[in-house]
Amino acid sequence: MILGVIDHDRGSLDPLSLQMLTFGRRLAERVGVSLHAVVLGDEAKEFSEPLGRHGVDTVHVVAEDRLEDYAPAAWAQAVLEIVDELAPEAVLAPGTDRGNEVLAHLGAKAGLPFAANCTSALPEDAGDAYIVMRQRWGGSLLEEARLEGIPKLLTVAPHAVAAEEVPAATSVVVETHTPAFTDEDFVVRIVERIGSAGQKVSLPEARVVVGGGRGVGGPEGFASLEQLAALLGGIVGVSRVVTSAGWRPHSDQVGQTGAKIAPEIYIACGISGAIQHMVGCKGAKRILAINSDPNAPIMAKADYAIIGDLHAVIPALIDEIMRAQGGSK
Amino acid sequence: MNVLVCVKRVPMTGGRISLTPDEQEIDVSYLGFTVSPHEECAVEEAVRLVEAHGGSTTVLTLGPQEAVEQLRDAMATGVDRGVLLETDGEDWDPIATTEAIVERIRVEQDAGTVFDVLLFGNEAADSGDYQVGIRVAYALGMPCVTGVKELEVKDGEAVAKREAGGGREVFRVPLPAVFTVREGINLPRYPSVPGRLKAKQKPLERVRPERRTGGPQKVRLVLPEEHRTEVEVLGNGPDAAPKVVELLRRIGVLSA
Repeated sequence: MILGVIDHDRGSLDPLSLQMLTFGRRLAERVGVSLHAVVLGDEAKEFSEPLGRHGVDTVHVVAEDRLEDYAPAAWAQAVLEIVDELAPEAVLAPGTDRGNEVLAHLGAKAGLPFAANCTSALPEDAGDAYIVMRQRWGGSLLEEARLEGIPKLLTVAPHAVAAEEVPAATSVVVETHTPAFTDEDFVVRIVERIGSAGQKVSLPEARVVVGGGRGVGGPEGFASLEQLAALLGGIVGVSRVVTSAGWRPHSDQVGQTGAKIAPEIYIACGISGAIQHMVGCKGAKRILAINSDPNAPIMAKADYAIIGDLHAVIPALIDEIMRAQGGSK
Repeated sequence: MNVLVCVKRVPMTGGRISLTPDEQEIDVSYLGFTVSPHEECAVEEAVRLVEAHGGSTTVLTLGPQEAVEQLRDAMATGVDRGVLLETDGEDWDPIATTEAIVERIRVEQDAGTVFDVLLFGNEAADSGDYQVGIRVAYALGMPCVTGVKELEVKDGEAVAKREAGGGREVFRVPLPAVFTVREGINLPRYPSVPGRLKAKQKPLERVRPERRTGGPQKVRLVLPEEHRTEVEVLGNGPDAAPKVVELLRRIGVLSA
């Protein structure tokens, strides 16, 4: 059996979990085993239906009062008990902050190797190891590696596969587990949450991202990008030069050491397209580059381009969109 | 308070990565070296903690003898001493790296240096394994908070915050503890000229740990297929605006 660890935040499912299940289902079919999922926390029982549509036949729900909020060591401990009981062939998690964290804890607890952010995994021809392809440098380089261990521990790189429903989902078996936790498992846990004022979407979830780079010229240049993003129900993201210069907070940064985005469209304004930035935009369905330099590296990665000064183009875009929206009402 | 910060020497990759003919390494013939932005911030955080609370800072790296450069860089911004766990330059997997670091921390402890705070980058820039800090914490029986963007230490306790879904998650843990740090926790200072001169005089120890393996085991490096797009130029300057609206309608971002 292959066991997928579902990443969710107090009952809100991280969509990368579904990509991980598709990756896991294909691997399970290849190896000839079934796909199970494990969900930590009681509120997540209602996931069984969407998980079933993604090929899961058994969902292991771990219920315990203290799992009401995230605690990485406790999540790993619960998974470890299921591993000990059911001996899966491999344990997978999405390559999210939590997915990577929980599997690293599991690897440390069980003394097993762990391969982070894999884009493929296959059993080797002779022997028990998996041959995985995993991301280095945020995805600008790949590494083929041999992963040993019983079970194999790996996370699935975001957007390595698209989530795919199975044609005929059968009903899902739900099994409840109550592992024996120690107080130590809850030393690291969320004790408080601080919400950000007024921000409705986060960068990884935004359907539209308006990006700004060096070409924006300074902190005041972002007013028009903000306006454009707001009109499209999107959010502003920036390249590393912008945060290093102190024009915008680091939380706006997109790239290897910032957020990874996956919008319907990424409108990149005055961004040259350094690889450290572009690995954060791999999940974008389309890229529209607005740049005065037709030879900027970003042109090789963009689907659409406007050649011109963003300070002239964006106001024109804003006018045109407002006119279009006014007309459709 | 004693703070340990661990860094890793990595090449400064520019526009394009190329590989050595045996596909084992990045061709670094024309590249300079640095540490990841996360680790630059971890070094700065270590220096700030000791500036605020007193004590001493140690920077440690596992790498080739040239990694002394990265240790001196850290010492130039205020770290007190350096430890090089010297290798022949080949990659060590995360389990092997963890063991070498833990072994050294135990030696330090036996010699009287007990670390209260251990800082790592959230993930190494090159290998991106997301695990060495956590494995070190388990080996030493310490708690570990990852992805830290704000750290406050007081009375043997730390409050660490990290970003999640547009907000912040708050953790409170007893010390000693391990924290893996993300870029943005601070804005690192640049080393001053006197700082660079002083760094040359600061103590630096070299040790050669025994080579071991734990996995995963690197087979070869592969350059990803370059996803080159055929770019469609919608126009020049502001006149392109109507074309953009058309595109946004077609993809459903604007209602038709």
